[in-house]
Amino acid sequence: MKKILLLLSLGLIAASCNDDEVSINEEEANVNFRFSQNWDGEEIENSDYENTTYVNANGESMTLSKVNYLISDITFTSTSNGTVFDSGDYNLVLAREGRNLEFTPSVQIPEGEYTVSFTFGFDDEDNDKEGGYPDLNSEDGFWNVPAPLGGGYHYQRIEGTYINSASNVTSFQFHTVRANKHTTLPPGPDTLEELRDTSFSVNLGTVTIGSNTTIEVKANIAEWFKNPITWDLNSRFEVLMPNFQAQLDMNENGATVFSLGEITQ
Amino acid sequence: MSRLKNIFGLLFFILCLVSCSDSEPEEEYTATPLALEVPAFFESSILPPVIPADNPQTVEGVALGKKLFFDRILSRDNSISCASCHRLQNAFSDPRQFSIGVTGQEGIRNSMPLQNLAFNFNEKFNWDGSANSLEDQMFGPVTNPVEMDNTWTNVENSLQNDNEYPELFRLAFGNSRIDSTMVTKALAQFVRTMISGNSKFDQFLNGTATLTPEEENGLNVFLDEGRGDCFHCHGLPETPLWTDNAFHNNGLDEFFEDNGLGDVTGDPRDFGLFKTPSLRNLSYTAPYMHDGRFATIDEVINHYSEGLVFSETIDPLMKRVDEGGVQLTEEDKADLKAFLLTLSDPSFISNPDFQQ
Repeated sequence: MKKILLLLSLGLIAASCNDDEVSINEEEANVNFRFSQNWDGEEIENSDYENTTYVNANGESMTLSKVNYLISDITFTSTSNGTVFDSGDYNLVLAREGRNLEFTPSVQIPEGEYTVSFTFGFDDEDNDKEGGYPDLNSEDGFWNVPAPLGGGYHYQRIEGTYINSASNVTSFQFHTVRANKHTTLPPGPDTLEELRDTSFSVNLGTVTIGSNTTIEVKANIAEWFKNPITWDLNSRFEVLMPNFQAQLDMNENGATVFSLGEITQ
Repeated sequence: MSRLKNIFGLLFFILCLVSCSDSEPEEEYTATPLALEVPAFFESSILPPVIPADNPQTVEGVALGKKLFFDRILSRDNSISCASCHRLQNAFSDPRQFSIGVTGQEGIRNSMPLQNLAFNFNEKFNWDGSANSLEDQMFGPVTNPVEMDNTWTNVENSLQNDNEYPELFRLAFGNSRIDSTMVTKALAQFVRTMISGNSKFDQFLNGTATLTPEEENGLNVFLDEGRGDCFHCHGLPETPLWTDNAFHNNGLDEFFEDNGLGDVTGDPRDFGLFKTPSLRNLSYTAPYMHDGRFATIDEVINHYSEGLVFSETIDPLMKRVDEGGVQLTEEDKADLKAFLLTLSDPSFISNPDFQQ
């Protein structure tokens, strides 16, 4: 009998709640992001990988076989009161496979106008997180960076081929990581001299956030090889991870890669 | 009015519940759940094992899968079992370059080792990625003409007419009417238990073993982009699988007799791509490569050092292809081999749970 009474009262409570207003602040919403890649404005589709020839700023013909990059800490800063909403999460874009091209940070923000920014790669705090990231450890041919190079994770892997100065098809690996300087090369367990955080913040500008906003983030891959440093693949096409200056230069060139694309409400 | 209807509805539902609770419900059969024994390092560093919702691990399912794995009843003439080409002493691979099926005919690829397959997160199995789950993979060899050359109807009938199997299937799946899906599920359950995580290098990571100077240098070669650069496909100490479970053309041939992944996808960009094998248990898994062309680890290292061949789809991670490779010194080659051998796990091939 007790059981019946208990269930009845639970049922009545449930029924009486049914017609009430659900307590949700309807003005707060998630924001969706869509990532697209282009080469100087020309969209890079799956069919372009290994097929389409691009000419970089240094004049080399090149093809792409892989464009994967990590972004983190998408942040919304209110233009009216400076309130900051930071999801603190991350997204690994696997462009060729079309995976993770859409991403919704796990933060809800009130409708309004915001400056939107994110980090390319991981800053040191995220990069050195104790225990790491099992999902990144399981992804894309290992997203980790070897311990002798300072550990942490890749920021980006762009791979492909180019025609070198001897007219040979040559592979390149444009891997972006935290800059690591060594007393001697090749790197080993005792050669690491300096680590420098070469992740960087990308400011997409001001966006009006509504109840169902999607923001496109455009990545112009050509910019990695162009501005301000004209990248010469003939001299810097491989073994760039332990190349301290190459990582600093990637950091500089990265500043103009990302831009705000279409916004849909 | 709407609220009143809701109340009556709920009252009716509650009364049904209460009236049911006094009678004995018919108990639905469930096999005994069995957790996979996942090494702590796996649990902390990578995603959990892939276990399909419709095929949970159970004591009875694994036991049935094991019996099936070693039983020649799956083959057309009862001459071979899964274990004929996946031998425990070889980390469930085959020391022959090509395995031989019931007709005496050879296959065209080397038998892959069976280890840590529960952690194949992209769920593409076989050298060419032709199976989309472990269960799916189990369908292939039974009907392949150069392997077991059987039909599933025949397998189902053979098992159904056996003295033991109907009851074992009932215990595993609650149904003694045997079908191919249940067979593949049981086999997959058993194969998922084949977890290797106790090599010398694993012990080094948990502080119970030390590496020799040669093995340490070998690890450095492995992790050095300018020398081995093995890690981009085979992983690092931070990850326990030693394969990316992805597909690459690693510069074996200028032209392909076997298109590998390309024959599955139909995409010419995938011609000559094969799955990266794990480096675990290399001591037991010779010969190497998808076609077993290399009999020794030395031959494999020599291939990457000076034997690379250019082709249209060669992976950009293959370096200095025009010179044949990265030209490792003899010392680095020897040390790299010494390190690779630390990834072998004797306790895996002597595990009584895997013995017939």
